[in-house]
Amino acid sequence: METITDNNWLLTVLVFAPLVGALIMVLIPQQDEQSHKQVALLTSLVTLGLAAFLLIDFNYGKAGVLQYFADAEWIEVIGAGYTIGVDGMSLPLIALTALIMPLVFVYSWNHIPEPGNAKAFLILSLILETGMIGTFVAQDLVLFFVFFEVVLLPMFFMIAVWGGENRRYASLKFFLFTLFGSALMLLSFLALYFLTEADTFSMLVLTENAGEGIARGTQLLVFAGMFLGFGVKVPMFPFHTWLPDAHTEAPTQGSVILAAVLLKLGTYGFIRIAIPMLPEAAEAWAPWIGLLAVIGIIYGALGCLAQTDMKRLIAFSSVAHMGFVMLGIATLTDFGINAAIFGMVAHGLITGMLFFIAGSVKERYHTLEIKRLGGMLAQAPRLGWILGFVSMASLGLPGLAGFWGEFPAILAAYEPAVGLSEKTFHVYMVVAAIGTVLAAGYLLWLLQRTAMGEPPAEFADDPNITDVSTTEWIAWAPLLFGIVLFGVAPGLIFEVTDPAVGQSLNNCITLTGCEVAEAAASSGSGGG
Amino acid sequence: MSFLFGFAEPSSVPTSSTVAHSANWFLEYAWLVPLLPALSFVGILFFGKRMRYRGAELGIAAVSLSFLLAVCAGFAWIQHRDNFVLPDAASGAPATPGESYVAVQNSTQWLQSGGVEFGAGVLVDGLSVMMLLVVTIVSLLVHVYSTDYVGDDKRYTHFFAFLSLFTAAMLFFVLSDNILQMIVGWELVGVCSFVLIGHWWEEKPNSDAALKAFLTNRVGDVGLIIGTITLFFAAGGGHTFDTIKINEAIVQGEVGHTALVVASLCLMAAVMSKSGQFILHTWLPDAMAGPTPVSALIHAATMVVAGVFMIARLYPVFFEGMQIGGSSINLMATIGAVTLVFGGLLAFVQDDIKKVLAYSTVSQLGYMVMALGVGAWTAAVFHLFTHAFFKANLFLGSGSVAHAVHSFDMKKDMGGMRKFMPKTYITFIIGSLALAGLFPLAGFWSKDEILVGTGGWGLFGGTGGNGAYTFHLLMGVFGAALTAAYMTRCVYLTFHGEFRGGHAHGGHAHGGHAHGGHEHGGHAHGGHAHGDPHESGPRILVPLYILSGLAVVAGFANLPAGFQLVGDSWTERFGHYVEPYKSSYFPAIDHATPSWSLAVVASVVALAGAGAAIYYYFVKVDRLADQTQQSLTELPDGLSKSNALAGAGHRVLVNKYYLDHLYEGVIVAFTKGPLARAAYWVNQKVIDRTVDKAGETAVLVGRHVYDVVDQSVIDGFVDGSGRVSDATGEELRQINSGKVQNYAAILFAMAAVLAGTFLIIFAL
Repeated sequence: METITDNNWLLTVLVFAPLVGALIMVLIPQQDEQSHKQVALLTSLVTLGLAAFLLIDFNYGKAGVLQYFADAEWIEVIGAGYTIGVDGMSLPLIALTALIMPLVFVYSWNHIPEPGNAKAFLILSLILETGMIGTFVAQDLVLFFVFFEVVLLPMFFMIAVWGGENRRYASLKFFLFTLFGSALMLLSFLALYFLTEADTFSMLVLTENAGEGIARGTQLLVFAGMFLGFGVKVPMFPFHTWLPDAHTEAPTQGSVILAAVLLKLGTYGFIRIAIPMLPEAAEAWAPWIGLLAVIGIIYGALGCLAQTDMKRLIAFSSVAHMGFVMLGIATLTDFGINAAIFGMVAHGLITGMLFFIAGSVKERYHTLEIKRLGGMLAQAPRLGWILGFVSMASLGLPGLAGFWGEFPAILAAYEPAVGLSEKTFHVYMVVAAIGTVLAAGYLLWLLQRTAMGEPPAEFADDPNITDVSTTEWIAWAPLLFGIVLFGVAPGLIFEVTDPAVGQSLNNCITLTGCEVAEAAASSGSGGG
Repeated sequence: MSFLFGFAEPSSVPTSSTVAHSANWFLEYAWLVPLLPALSFVGILFFGKRMRYRGAELGIAAVSLSFLLAVCAGFAWIQHRDNFVLPDAASGAPATPGESYVAVQNSTQWLQSGGVEFGAGVLVDGLSVMMLLVVTIVSLLVHVYSTDYVGDDKRYTHFFAFLSLFTAAMLFFVLSDNILQMIVGWELVGVCSFVLIGHWWEEKPNSDAALKAFLTNRVGDVGLIIGTITLFFAAGGGHTFDTIKINEAIVQGEVGHTALVVASLCLMAAVMSKSGQFILHTWLPDAMAGPTPVSALIHAATMVVAGVFMIARLYPVFFEGMQIGGSSINLMATIGAVTLVFGGLLAFVQDDIKKVLAYSTVSQLGYMVMALGVGAWTAAVFHLFTHAFFKANLFLGSGSVAHAVHSFDMKKDMGGMRKFMPKTYITFIIGSLALAGLFPLAGFWSKDEILVGTGGWGLFGGTGGNGAYTFHLLMGVFGAALTAAYMTRCVYLTFHGEFRGGHAHGGHAHGGHAHGGHEHGGHAHGGHAHGDPHESGPRILVPLYILSGLAVVAGFANLPAGFQLVGDSWTERFGHYVEPYKSSYFPAIDHATPSWSLAVVASVVALAGAGAAIYYYFVKVDRLADQTQQSLTELPDGLSKSNALAGAGHRVLVNKYYLDHLYEGVIVAFTKGPLARAAYWVNQKVIDRTVDKAGETAVLVGRHVYDVVDQSVIDGFVDGSGRVSDATGEELRQINSGKVQNYAAILFAMAAVLAGTFLIIFAL
């Protein structure tokens, strides 16, 4: 397969720049909090700069080809290579990560959560960044796995140390759940290695091979392993229960990172690894993925309606939104997967923003209990309006980013890839569409109860309740801008992802048909 | 980016045989009309508070310019319609100027996904140009009116910003050349409506009304989404949202019937919610919680007709899907007919003047939908056109009265207003007469056309049309009587009898009229709180004059064909320029023949309705009031009190057919309450419990394994974890030192299980 190797130092620098910053910070004494904040912000800005260069330099004419491709030997014994590259599928997610992190550091400027220790907190955040970007550039399964796991520990500590009252339970649950998924995922990777003749972990080779030579039954099992591994991370119903706890207990920054980027590692795994490498199994599993996706949409929304805590409500809404992403993926069409990637970016911007708001509400009101809140529009009008705006974006208002993740996913479900039952997916389509009503319900009720009405007596004269601060504006403006920009000009993302998705599925599935997968299916059943 | 900057580019869309790409400047650049108010929204939002007139001047300037552009586009369209000849007339297309109806389309690529291109652009034809005119003129007048009406509001700037955004969104919607873009406009107007209904969000009834409007529309949007998607795949060879392509494909019979039935039914749900059709109309009367100018602009004249517009725009879908031609009943016509009668009945029992007008709007929207349902396309669109003027007139008139008495309650705070507000009174009377369909005012012509269009009038040869919709004709005639009667009641209660207001304000309970207290939020009460109400100022009256003038003359735009009093060149001008008859994207509908006899009969029925109400109010109630020296609003021994059946009927109406009880008390309460709680219970007690149990079991297993496995392995782990936690401070160590063994044990246990599974797989 074609690759472009120009400037292939760039990705390595991009991935490890945050880690270098973290190493520098290790040398700075803990008391010097200001320096820590400066170094962390500077590091993330350098990373953002590199990502910006990547965005400018990227060859959009060949968005379907892996660019900045580097392939070095790493662990020779097992054939694992240091293989990295970026195409249109990972580019938006890298950009999203690089954008979110500086905002988190800006927000941290005067929001280091209890019990303090900016040094450790910021170092962990930087390690997270390396892990996340690394996962999106890895083109070798072992490397992917390593980065995927690098993410786990910092997030665990972030929740366990800087979390809320119930942090021990939440962090442990998060850790074990993810670990459980990772283990199965690793097992599937190993199986792919052993079962493919090439004896390689190279994702390029494995994608080209597309499961050839692996018996159908085995393919199904291997896919199931990945399904669990990625599904936990997404999280898909019914593996989602770690998410509300983790989100509720995590500090604001942790929630933002978790929602904006971490959840996407799972969906990214589906479209980068599971589906292209095992298309036949994907086809068999797709109706089940779709089923869990639409259950998640309705179930997550109902969960939201039952919540009394603002942050927990937002957390549950992630289950519903990621349901739309998974529905797009389950159609196995390039159209649906494009929608899914768009949905990932949109959800990152929107839900990340919602968690920022939740953090600021908590800071002002010292509670997130919806019953006690109210009248935010009167006391902190800008904060209230931003909440209203982001709620609208989150419920999928056309003209804002959220719409382009939802609507095309529903559209794709009308005509799933050849070989999938149209009837089944039509049902999914209708259920998903009904989910949009519920989404409007829980978000607007949230808005009504927190922002509208007169301020409740206990907060009426509270001097703590101030409008959006400068730090908050700086941290939020890019997200708000992005929500509008991608809502008005969705082509900015679709045109980048489209060729890459087409490329990764080209030996499998398109909107119009899937001859190869068909043939493989028939020969598979004939041979079996 | 192409969306942002590419509009002006000549189209790259493959030329359809009926779409012109080069036309008059005003038609080519019609996208400027929505762009100006959109810019004004941004301008007011960011700089409005610093402007001299707090942003209103920017909004008015932008909408005025838009209006001028729309007028120019109107003239340009007339010229285009009369003179344009298809360039490739050789292929049998009619060569006579004015024969062919050719729309102007100007589009560019918006996005591309999965190899499918999605365009964005403008579609200019008679329908969209007409809508541009209606929206910009009503919006402009409402802007001017608002500078006085909400002049003291503390969120004045914000109000104007959203008026601008609404205007932009509505104009964007009517110019859309594809359904995807229509969805965007459709939802954006919904949001503006939400924001403006909830303008006084301090009070719960207002925010409830805003939520109700948005959520009811979302329910309809499920239909919109699915219907649109069905069309996307079914029409035009698949994979297009382009309105003209979809319509053409249907007209040429290339689309399967099942798909059209599904699409038209789904889209009908969207129409029912947006255009207030029975049974999804319940949000519209509640929407009156918004400021009155908003009610006039959004909830009467423009946004609520979006559903009607969509049917008109995608008419082939409905014409084929609902099987309108050659039938005597179909779902759309029946929904419209039921709505027009049921809405009209509800208007009778309202005490709030705005609610009377709101139910009247529901009823009139029912006329439009019924007209479309019976194939009377032009009649429906023409009624949309005339209704916009007289209904905006009535709403703004009711606002003028409320501005004087600080209330919308006709029974408590009005009565005898004609003495205080003679100018408002005259305009209100004109609007009422136009609405009631009195010859020769606007409503007469458009309502008459609808009745003719049902094709149900066999008497005296006035038949034709697309079928024999006799039932719908009867409902329409009955509705005319209702309209005349409830407007008589409304006029009496508001303007006649003795003034019942003027008592000290704020002392009595307002019930559901929480908005009443706000409309005059910042007014100095001392001046006229206890004294007489007085006439409104010029910024309120001038819009009323203009609108009532339009309510008189608008009907002449489409005099019926063969109307003996004027020459042929004066008849059916509206239909000629607006209806895309004989264009490739419009179904072959039949036009009914106008009938004098029907016009006379319908007028007599309407007069009878008015007469009955006049007899009741102006004669009986008035006489009793004189005798008792009281200001009365109803007879104490009226029918609803003396007759049990009538009383029951009255109760049903007062409770709005119990639909709100069903929706809010049953459906919404069940979803929010038991259903959501049950789902969450499953989450916590079933799924999560399983997870916790699994975790506990794993820990137990782990402990056991820990006891028997080699200590050194675990020590290594502990040390490793300890080193990491060094970096993260004291607390971390405290938390984890006790737990690390457990994690390690679990890890180990998992590894063992995995290794086992692994072996099994490879053994296979």
